[in-house]
Amino acid sequence: MLKAIGPIALGGRELPLWVTSVIVLLAPALLAALVFTQAVADGKDLAVGAETAGVVAGGLVAWRTGSIVACVIIAAALTAALRAL
Amino acid sequence: MRTESSRRAFRKGARQGIPFAIAGFLLSVSFGVVAQDAGLSPLAAIVMSLIVFAGSAQFAAIAIVGGGGTVGAAIGAAALMNSRFLPMGAALGPSLPGGPAKRAAQGQAVVDASWALAGRGDGSFDRWLLFGATATQYVTWQLGTIGGALGGDLLGDPDKLGLDAIYPAFFLGLLLAEARTRRAVAVAALGACIALALVPFAPAGVPILAASVAALVGLTRSAQAAVAAAQESEGAPR
Repeated sequence: MLKAIGPIALGGRELPLWVTSVIVLLAPALLAALVFTQAVADGKDLAVGAETAGVVAGGLVAWRTGSIVACVIIAAALTAALRAL
Repeated sequence: MRTESSRRAFRKGARQGIPFAIAGFLLSVSFGVVAQDAGLSPLAAIVMSLIVFAGSAQFAAIAIVGGGGTVGAAIGAAALMNSRFLPMGAALGPSLPGGPAKRAAQGQAVVDASWALAGRGDGSFDRWLLFGATATQYVTWQLGTIGGALGGDLLGDPDKLGLDAIYPAFFLGLLLAEARTRRAVAVAALGACIALALVPFAPAGVPILAASVAALVGLTRSAQAAVAAAQESEGAPR
């Protein structure tokens, strides 16, 4: 349902430049919010844990290698290793 | 698929979707395991993946059911979590042809990675690339859920394996691939701050929706000039 509303409301129209300009920047805003609410929050509390370190390491790998697969594997592996300590 | 170029875009999308599909596979395995821990039957988990096909919403709903919440609360949280598809769908709308029903159907193909991959950087989207990228991810999402739901006992505790780090790492990788300008990085930082500031007060999903306010940076004259320049060079491969 939610996926349908946007295209119905705004289909088949040329958008003014200011709308387009906002749309282009929605992706970084939404993605960053998703990442941070998962990595440094636990429910309603802000919390740093093993998964925070794992996600940071995964981010470094993604940045250096451009590989999303290596990114998630490193993130999971480091998180698991830290929890095993 | 009517034309050669749309077929090419579909194949390109399917190819570009592969890394996300592999990462999504790991993510959906962990979903299958977590769903079972929360008391869902394997069949219920598999059906949920088939219909919802959105990681964050599925994990949010499971967390509430597992924590003793009602089904209504779980559905509400999933809807809020998916509310980001409103701005995403609104962004995609102008790039989809056909009447409202057809556009609504095509809008179902939106998942985060495909949406980001299909964006041309000038506000328009390559819809066939979107469909291709989603097709690959849909297949592995279902396979992973089935694997996790049926074979979860063999894996053990998903937290021990660090599976909960996969989801944020996945989106961080996507963000790093997308945010190539200083402006995009600044907006990402702003969006993260807005979301984190709201986490202690707002129900799950709302902080993420509210973060879209950061995109209003696009109203500045310099941001609009950058988009106009990107539109000028439209047609050039990204």
